[in-house]
Amino acid sequence: MALISLTGIDKFYGTYHALRGIDLDIAEGEFFSLLGPSGCGKTTLLRTIAGFEHPENGVLTIDGQNMKGVGPNRRPTNLVFQNYAIFPHLTVAENVGFGLRRSPLSRADKTKAVAEALAMAGLDGYGPRAAHALSGGQRQRVALARALILKPKVLLLDEPLSALDRKLREQMQTELRRLQRQVGITFILVTHDQEEALIMSDRIAVMFDGRIAQLDTPEGLYLRPNSRAVGEFIGLMNLLPGMLRPEDGRLLADIPGLGAIPLPPDLVAHGAAPGPATFGLRPESLSLMSPGGALPTGQFVDGTVTERTYYGDMTYYEVALDGAPDPVTCSMKNLVSRPVLERGARTRLAWEPGALILFPDG
Amino acid sequence: MADRQRSGSGRGMLLISGPLLYAVVMLAAPMAAILVFSFWTQDFLNIDTTPTWANYREAFSDPIYRELMVRSLKISAMVTAITVLLAFPVAYFISFRVRPERKALWIFLVTIPFWTSYLIRVFLWKVILGYNGVLNSALIGLGVIDEPLTLILYNFNAVVITLAHAFAPFAILPIFVALERIDRSLLEAALDLGETRLSAFFRVTLPLAMPGVVGACLIVFIPTIGDYVTPRLVGGPGGLMIANMIQTQFLKLNNAPLGAALAVIAMGIVTILALVFLALNRRFLRGRS
Repeated sequence: MALISLTGIDKFYGTYHALRGIDLDIAEGEFFSLLGPSGCGKTTLLRTIAGFEHPENGVLTIDGQNMKGVGPNRRPTNLVFQNYAIFPHLTVAENVGFGLRRSPLSRADKTKAVAEALAMAGLDGYGPRAAHALSGGQRQRVALARALILKPKVLLLDEPLSALDRKLREQMQTELRRLQRQVGITFILVTHDQEEALIMSDRIAVMFDGRIAQLDTPEGLYLRPNSRAVGEFIGLMNLLPGMLRPEDGRLLADIPGLGAIPLPPDLVAHGAAPGPATFGLRPESLSLMSPGGALPTGQFVDGTVTERTYYGDMTYYEVALDGAPDPVTCSMKNLVSRPVLERGARTRLAWEPGALILFPDG
Repeated sequence: MADRQRSGSGRGMLLISGPLLYAVVMLAAPMAAILVFSFWTQDFLNIDTTPTWANYREAFSDPIYRELMVRSLKISAMVTAITVLLAFPVAYFISFRVRPERKALWIFLVTIPFWTSYLIRVFLWKVILGYNGVLNSALIGLGVIDEPLTLILYNFNAVVITLAHAFAPFAILPIFVALERIDRSLLEAALDLGETRLSAFFRVTLPLAMPGVVGACLIVFIPTIGDYVTPRLVGGPGGLMIANMIQTQFLKLNNAPLGAALAVIAMGIVTILALVFLALNRRFLRGRS
């Protein structure tokens, strides 16, 4: 049974429909992410679970209990706020132990619990420090320790990493994942960063305009986005306008620049119908070949490099395919043996028809 | 580089020279004069300029001065307590309950008492609190009391009521500012961590508002202790304060040196109390960036 279950949740701000009929089940011990652009309702959904927002319609249960009329102070959830909401008038230890005031533990046990929570968050010895003197990363750890010390059934994280610089953010991503496995608590993360969601989550709900657009594993979202919007939001995606047309009893994908190829079998099963369609192709599904070289499988097309962006480990090329209206983006791992092509170079691309993603138009 | 610094600080001196001159002439010089006077003595019509502690000895030995000083402190303390206790809910309401776009309007409304002069407001309280005043007439008319209350005018209480009203906006503003600066997510965090709204107020809102409360205390306490007009008009004999005695010494008893000594003592006491408040505030400011 799901630990958290939302059924038909609607939330309005005045006439603005912030959440539109959200149905969602989240399992115990899951690392779940709500991903979407700002204003999509992901934070509203998180705050609804925490008890700060009250939906007009729908039912929210946590651990089988209906949460209607239950305040945030009586829910088995704790929230890590986006700005961390560290109490500036208290020390680190007082912050971490804030929620223990009503606990039946003895004073000595509380002190011990605080010390353990600090150690778990990597804040050994920071207890007596004034909270206002902490760095961003340390504040985040205090917020985590303060929430986890109460042993909630669900830990809610509202964009906890967005205020950190890139290096620290990457470090905290792995650390959060490790922490979640260690404590085994359900984590629900709100983020607008698709990479962060992919790295950390067991499952992701992509939200647009108050609705869940797709609910899937990171691999499922990346490889099988169910709409153009999701495909474009997660990772880089070449969107190629084309036609599906029947020929000899099967469907042919006709993509200007890439040619006409028989539609791969799993896309046929997807329910493809003849007519105009948009095809998606990830940059890593297109490979640059040095002129004259050959690959054993796949399709080949020729083109001209119009732009290249060097990332160290990777190089991203924009290639104008002969006969295609718009250039495509392709990514190549940088190897010592592989020269980086300059702008204007003629090149040949190999691509896998099996990597095609079909987005029916309309 | 050094030249540039010198010219920079020179320009700074030029900028502050006007206010500085004003402060020296209007504040420092009179205060120095008062201090010097307090060590002289009045010899009938002449001033004896031999330095002496005689005025201070008299000020500390005669019980009338001590009583007036203690009464001034008591009145100020009560006015401060009442004003701040009444101002806090008002400031809290404006900060937490009023919609953001309406806050400026509410603050504007708070300043309405300042639209009339201080003197007129004190006179109005005479009308309200007097023997045949608004309050007594109303209470008699309603049958609550049979004869006019006398404990509300020309005494200690009247001074406290009048001063508390006069200084209310001064207390509301600093508390409002302190409340405005509280990050609302801190209150949500307290709720999330198991506190009720009431306990979150005592654990988060109130401690974070304390700098504003201490500031309000200072702003009310310091001017009221030396207030002269209100006790003079509504205080009667039982509501007179130290400032009235200083005025009497200077203008009626023709003993400026003793008046000066009393003024210096009052200033000294206010300074000590202000330092105590400041120390308190520093304690509450711990943990603020």
